[in-house]
Amino acid sequence: MKTDVLIVGGGPAGLAAAIELGRLGVRDVLVVDREREAGGVPRHSAHTGFGLRDLRRVMDGPAYARHYRQAASRAGAVIRTQTTLTDWASGWSSESGPVEATLASPAGIETVHASAVLLATGCRERPRTARLVPGSRPAGVLTTGELQQRVYLHGQRLTGRAVIVGAEHVSFSAMLTLAHAGADVVALVTEEQRHQSLAAFGLGARLVWRVPVWTETAVTEILGSEQVTAVRLRDRRTGAHRIVPCEHVVFTADWIPDYEQARLAGAMIDPNSRGPVVDTTLQTSLHGLFAAGNLVHAAETADVAALSGRHAATHIAQFLSAPVGVTPDPARTVPITVGPPLRWISPSAIRVPGPLPPRGRFVLRSSAFSNSQLEVRQDGRLLHRERGRLVPGRSIQLAGAWVNEVNPASGPVQVDAG
Amino acid sequence: MTGSSTASAATTPSSASAAATASAAAAASAATIDVLIIGAGVVGTALARTLAQYELSCTVADAGNDVGTGTTKANTAILHTGFDAVPGTLESRLVRRGAELLRRYAEQAGIPLERTGALLIAWTAEQEAQLAEIEDKARKNGYLAARQIAADELYAREPRLGRGGLGALEIPDESIICPWTTPLAYAVEAIQAGVRLELRTRVLGVAAADGVHEVQTSKGVLRCRWLVNAAGLESDHIDAMLGGASFTIQPRRGELIVFDKLARPLVNSILLPVPTPQTKGVLVAPTVYGNVLLGPTAQDVPDRSDTATTAAGLSSLLAAGRRIMPELLDEEVTAIYAGLRAATEHRDYQIRIDADRQYACVGGIRSTGLTASLGIAEYVVERLADAGLTLKERTPTGPPLMPYIGQAGMRPYQDQGRIFADPAYGDIVCHCERVTRGEVRDALAGPLPPADLDGLRRRTRATNGRCQGFYCGAEVASLLADPAGAR
Repeated sequence: MKTDVLIVGGGPAGLAAAIELGRLGVRDVLVVDREREAGGVPRHSAHTGFGLRDLRRVMDGPAYARHYRQAASRAGAVIRTQTTLTDWASGWSSESGPVEATLASPAGIETVHASAVLLATGCRERPRTARLVPGSRPAGVLTTGELQQRVYLHGQRLTGRAVIVGAEHVSFSAMLTLAHAGADVVALVTEEQRHQSLAAFGLGARLVWRVPVWTETAVTEILGSEQVTAVRLRDRRTGAHRIVPCEHVVFTADWIPDYEQARLAGAMIDPNSRGPVVDTTLQTSLHGLFAAGNLVHAAETADVAALSGRHAATHIAQFLSAPVGVTPDPARTVPITVGPPLRWISPSAIRVPGPLPPRGRFVLRSSAFSNSQLEVRQDGRLLHRERGRLVPGRSIQLAGAWVNEVNPASGPVQVDAG
Repeated sequence: MTGSSTASAATTPSSASAAATASAAAAASAATIDVLIIGAGVVGTALARTLAQYELSCTVADAGNDVGTGTTKANTAILHTGFDAVPGTLESRLVRRGAELLRRYAEQAGIPLERTGALLIAWTAEQEAQLAEIEDKARKNGYLAARQIAADELYAREPRLGRGGLGALEIPDESIICPWTTPLAYAVEAIQAGVRLELRTRVLGVAAADGVHEVQTSKGVLRCRWLVNAAGLESDHIDAMLGGASFTIQPRRGELIVFDKLARPLVNSILLPVPTPQTKGVLVAPTVYGNVLLGPTAQDVPDRSDTATTAAGLSSLLAAGRRIMPELLDEEVTAIYAGLRAATEHRDYQIRIDADRQYACVGGIRSTGLTASLGIAEYVVERLADAGLTLKERTPTGPPLMPYIGQAGMRPYQDQGRIFADPAYGDIVCHCERVTRGEVRDALAGPLPPADLDGLRRRTRATNGRCQGFYCGAEVASLLADPAGAR
C-alpha cells in the first residue's frame, strides 16, 4: 500500500503529528502502533497532570490517550494497532522518494510505501540488567512501565515491601502506583545527593506517605532465589553496606529512547542521548525520515512530546510540498555540542535558515546539580546566555531565538554551563 | 534379571490398585521402573530420549520445576568441535561424537544452530607461538580443519576486533546453538515415547533391596532396577548415596553479559582467547537469538546454587570486552547472568558403570555437556547394555519438531502463510524479541508446558529482550496466569 506519511508509534507525539498533518491538509496518514490500543505511555499513567501545555486543560493519562486517539481518527488518520514495523524493506538514501517498510500484524505481512516517515517510538526505562546491578535473578524486579501496566491495565495487586530505585518525578509516581497496588514502599534510593523531583513530592513522600528518600545510596545486589527477598545497599559516603528486606524492586527513570528503527534505518545517532540526531525541523540525518517526542528527548512529559510531534508535522507537510528530487544541503545544518556537566541537547542540529526548535526551546540534560549560566557560542562568539538550574534527570530548557544568528558557514554551536 | 523387565510392573494387579488412588509420583513409586535417571539437564534428558528407543520403562526425576534448570540453562551456548579437549580423554571422544549427533538432531528437531566458526586469537607473541601447539592438539583430537591465519586475514574477517591481534587459529566448525530448545526437544521426544518426567522431585537417599534401588525422594519412594546419576552439580552427592567417593563437584561460576541485538553485526564468529592452564578465558560470541555474548568468568564458589552475578565479575568482563571489541561496549546490555559448571578435581568426565549395583554415574560433565550430550547418552546406554540392561529396539518416534526461536531462520511473525492460517502468529506480544501470542499459546499448551515465567522465556524468548519486560512483562505475566487469554 501507499501513504503520504507513515507514523511509527501512536503515543502523544505520533498522534499529535497525525492530527496536525490532517489540519494541514495532508491526506494519507497511517499511524502504526504495536500495542492493542494506541495512546502510548499515558494509557497506563493513572495520575493527573496531562494536557497542560498542548490541550490547555488537565486530565489523567487514560483520558488523555483517549482524547488523542479520537482526535487523530477525526483528523482522518488511519490508526492500525497490533501492527509492528519489522524492517525497512528498502534502504534509506539521500535521494528523495518513497521508502518501503514491512509491517506485521494479525492481518498479515504488508509492505507500505511512504513519502515521509515520522518515528515516534518513545522511550523506556533502562532495566536492572542494563544498569549492571548484580545479584541473583528472582521475580519481583520491575521497571515503572511494567509496574504501571501490571497495576492499571491488568488489575494486579502487589503485596509486600518495595524498594524504588531512583528519586525523579517518575519514581514518586511509582511510589503512588505501588501504594495503590497494596505494597509497602520502604524507600526511594538514589545515588545523587538529593532527590530530583519537585520539593513538594519529596516532602509529601516523607510526610504523607512516610517514605524516606535515601540519598547517595547505591543498590549493589539483588538477593533472593524465586522472589526478591532483599536488596543490598551501599552508602556512598561511608562505604557501609546494609541489607534491606523487600519483595519488589522497581527501577525507575534512567530513560533510553526506543531507537531500534532509527538505528536500523541508518540514521545518525547522538551517542549521548542515544536518540537519532534531529535538526530544528526534527528531520534526522536521512532525507524524509523525521523523529519526534521522547525518541529525541527521553523523557519529557506527554504534552511536550505531543508538541514535538505537532512541530514535526509542520515540517513534514513542507517536505511533502517541496519539489521531488530536492535534497538538503548538508552545509546548512549546523551541529550543537554540549560541555560537561551537560549530557545532551535536543534538537542537536540547527537548520539554517530554519525554524526555531519545538516550543521555541531546546531541552537539555545535566549529570550534576548546579545553578549555572548556560552560554551558547559559535566559534567563540557568544550567541545567548541564560540562567539555568541543573538537576540530573530533570528537563532543562534553553530559549532558542538565537538560532537566527547562527552562521551556516561557521563551526558547530557549543553550549556550556558556566 | 532384566529379561522380564520390559513390561512395566504397573500392569500387575497388586500395584494397580495402589496406583489408582495415589499421586503421580506415588504411582510411579508403586511400580518398579527399569531405569531411573536422576537429573533432567541436557545429559539426563539426552539419556532419556536415547533409552526411549528401547522397550523399557524409564523415569527422569529432577528437583527443579522444569528440564534444564541447572548448568544446562546458563552457559556459553556453543556447539564445540572438541579441538581443544585433552587428547585421549573420554571428554574428547564424546564431544566429537556428540557434536556430530547433535548437529544432525538439531536439523531434524528445528533447534537453532548456526555454524559461525571460531577464531582463537593471539594477542601476544607468546600466544602466537602457542597457536601451532593448539593446531596440533586439534589434530590429536581428530579435528583436521583448523588452520592458522595471519593478522590481515583476521581483521578482514573481524573488522571490529580491537587492535593488537597478531593472528589466529581458525576453527571453521565451531557453532552456536540454542541451549534451551535442546533439552526441551530431548524431553519432549522422551515423553512422547512414554518416559515419565517427575519434576520438583528431589532425591534424598538411595537404599538397595532385593536387587532393586529404593530411591527416597521429596515426593515419595521410586523403585528402579537400574539407576543413572546425571545429577550435574549434585552428581557427587548422589554418587555418595551409592557408595561412591571418587570425585567432588567444585562448582565453577561463570558470569556472562548479553549485549543488545544491535551489536550483532559487529561480530561474525566466535572469538576465543588462547587458553591458560586455569581457564579457557573470556570469549565474545554471537548467540542464536541474535545477541552478542561476553564471558564467562571462572570462579570457584562453595555454594552449588550461587548463580548470582557480582560487581567484580561484571567489571572484569567489561575490561576484557573493551580489549577484544571496544565498540561492543558502546551498545546497551540486555542481560546479565551466571551459570555453574559441574567441575571436579579430575580432568575428565566421571562416567562409571557398576554392573553389580546396576548403577551408572554420569558426573563431572564440566562445560561441554551440551555438545557431548547425545554422545554421552549413546556411550552410557551401550555400557549399560554391556552391564546387562536388556535393550530391545522399538519403532522409533524420532525427534519432535520444536518451535523455532532462533534469529537466523524464519520466525512466525515473518511467515505470511502461518499468519493467514492463524492470526495469533501475527500478534506480537513481546516486541523486543518479536514473540507472538500464538507462540506463547503453543508453549503453554505444549507437551511440556512451562512452570513459570523463566520456563516460558526458555521456550519462546518472551521478555528476554532489551526492555526486559517494560513493554510486555505485564501482558506476558497475564497470559501465563490465564492461558485462556493466549488463545
